[in-house]
Amino acid sequence: MSDFFKSSSPSSSLPEMTAKKEAVMNGVRSEIALASAQELINKTNEKCFAKCVTKPGSALSSSEETCLSRCLERYMEAFNMISKTYTARLSREREQRQLAQI
Amino acid sequence: MDNFKFDEATQKELSTFLEREQAQARINATVHTLTSMCWDKCVTSTPGSRFARGEESCLLNCVDRFLDTSLFIIKTIEGQRSQLQS
Repeated sequence: MSDFFKSSSPSSSLPEMTAKKEAVMNGVRSEIALASAQELINKTNEKCFAKCVTKPGSALSSSEETCLSRCLERYMEAFNMISKTYTARLSREREQRQLAQI
Repeated sequence: MDNFKFDEATQKELSTFLEREQAQARINATVHTLTSMCWDKCVTSTPGSRFARGEESCLLNCVDRFLDTSLFIIKTIEGQRSQLQS
């Protein structure tokens, strides 16, 4: 990531600066997205293992695998639902605060 | 970082960008925590091709009730504190 900040010439042109700026922004965006995806993977692993693999055998059974893939879908669905509800709540409270200030 | 320097306007733009991304990341982190908590509370059946009855509304209510709980607790503690002071 630190590559983004390095430069060959000390005084740089405007297009070069814009390019570097874009690179920094994209780097930040992709790191944040990666961290969020990793968190989601860890959480689904933990939750779906707890729900679907109740008695670990010598291999995952086909019913366990079915359960795992459904669990994964449901967890993503829950995540999206909660994201929507939470953002709605936040904007509702922001509106109320703005109204209270008037 | 070595010998490259952004001009002032770009620095300002980048810091605004970072602030915004950080705020978004904080919201996202809360969504992760809420999902984990509400999943444990609401999803009790074996996962099927859709949520069982009641699970979906439980998930939807879970967020608002958690935030209501947080507000309620703050209000209660503030009430107790002002009683002590008077």
